Amino acid sequence: MQKRKQFTETLIHGVFLLLGLITVGCVLLITVYLIVSGLPAIRQIGLVPFLFGKKWASTAAEPAYGILPFILTSVYGTAGAILLGVPVGFLTAVYLAKLAPPAVKAVVTEAVSLLAGIPSVVYGLVGMLILVPGIRALFHIPDGASLLAAIVVLAVMILPSIINVSVTALEAVPREYEDASLALGATPVETYFRVSVPAARSGIAAAVVLGVGRAIGEAMAVMMVSGNAPNMPSLFESVRFLTTAVASEMSYSGGLQRQALFSIALVLFLFIMMINAALNFFLKRSREA
Amino acid sequence: MDGKRISGRRKLLIGLLKGLMLVCAALTCALVLFITIYVIARGIPNITWELLSTAPSYRRGSIGILPDILNTVYVIAAALCIVIPVGAGAAVYLTEYASNKRLVAVIEYAAETLSGIPSIIYGLVGMLFFCEFLNMQTSLLAGALTLVIMNLPTIMRTTQESLKTVPVSYREGAFGLGAGKWRVIRTVVLPGCIDGIITGCILSVGRILGESAALLFTAGFAHVLNGFFDGLASSGATLTVALYVYAKERGEFGVAFAAAAILMLLTLLVNRMAAGVGAMFKRRRNR
Repeated sequence: MQKRKQFTETLIHGVFLLLGLITVGCVLLITVYLIVSGLPAIRQIGLVPFLFGKKWASTAAEPAYGILPFILTSVYGTAGAILLGVPVGFLTAVYLAKLAPPAVKAVVTEAVSLLAGIPSVVYGLVGMLILVPGIRALFHIPDGASLLAAIVVLAVMILPSIINVSVTALEAVPREYEDASLALGATPVETYFRVSVPAARSGIAAAVVLGVGRAIGEAMAVMMVSGNAPNMPSLFESVRFLTTAVASEMSYSGGLQRQALFSIALVLFLFIMMINAALNFFLKRSREA
Repeated sequence: MDGKRISGRRKLLIGLLKGLMLVCAALTCALVLFITIYVIARGIPNITWELLSTAPSYRRGSIGILPDILNTVYVIAAALCIVIPVGAGAAVYLTEYASNKRLVAVIEYAAETLSGIPSIIYGLVGMLFFCEFLNMQTSLLAGALTLVIMNLPTIMRTTQESLKTVPVSYREGAFGLGAGKWRVIRTVVLPGCIDGIITGCILSVGRILGESAALLFTAGFAHVLNGFFDGLASSGATLTVALYVYAKERGEFGVAFAAAAILMLLTLLVNRMAAGVGAMFKRRRNR
């Protein structure tokens, strides 16, 4: 009887251990699959021509597989979204964490969480029908589906991440810091920007990095508004991101073209891993502070 | 605070910052309001009973989104059925069993990594592993399994958070009465983390509802009316994927907006539920 109970306990311990290890297994599975399926094309095309080639013509008679346009588009697009989204998100976060009356804070917080929940295809749809024609009319260009449209959509999409993480960081600043500053004669607003914000800087940095990760990984909304031509990035031109390069050709690709798409995914994955490492660094520092 | 002692320059800067903050907060709210109202206003007129209750028919030349609605329900049900035991089990292991600090760190790092991976990469690996390697073809089941991996960190995190609120004294009391570890978990720990699991489920439903990139290559985009088990075995579009296909590839903006409006209403509902459930559990815990 005792022995059987012991056995059951060990068995159940084993089952829970297994469930715990599934997460690790998934990460390994994703990493291994991306590396194994992404390397052959890079080996065949050559690392330098693949990463730094300026021409992508996968279906041409003489195919060219250079993904520099995608890499630069993803980098510029993300940078643009951060440039637009971070100031708005940051100031909203300071307002929410420090200044807003409780009732206003509840309403705005609710709005932000709704913004986070809107499916990316809905952003894409609204972008397609409002932003794209708007850009075409405003800047007198033949087609509004452009890097600029993608940047605006991404800036809106990263707002909730930036606001939520920044608010958490700002709310964690010890009251004493602010009291000390107020006692020395600084006004509340001065205190928030000169004391609270610097004290929460690691958390705010984490918010920005999280925004970068979101922006660089977004596929569907960008696909619907960026036009999808493999041009070198330019604000008013149709462009293709790393994510959309994978998504747009996958359904009809084969052979080397298909393998090259896996290689693009591998490049994207490496970007994301670097961003994750930076995120963990800032989150750890903000927890220690 | 005496206003006169503050120099005009400081006053100006303070006023400016205050104004900017208000403008930004207002802009955020205006964006939400605009998107919500625009989508719902353009979508509602396109929602007809015929659209909601039929499958697309070439013969009649009509479009219906019933299959897409059902597919969404199937995928959510299948994904939750698998992700709840796995995610909650992993959380129980981390808080109740694990004694090796390094292993805990590895598992938690893995969960964090999973939550940072973009959905298009999930879609790609899901296609390679589930559809091709495990030979499931493009099917809702392959899509659901891909979503399981995506939502694993969510369920793990919410369950872990609620496990931490189960007082240690409860466990000690049960151990003191002679209960074995499994019995303590079954009777004391698991009932205590129900709220975390429910919160995780609601968050996961929201995420699956909005997911498209991970499903495009794993679940495909067929619009065939199926039962639950036939549906899981065959290819099918969820509402988001259908929205994408109708808007981007077929130019059917009426149908796309109808789907978008339904998605917006469901998102609103899910958000309200998450907030409501969160408040309810907080109240219960404080009592």
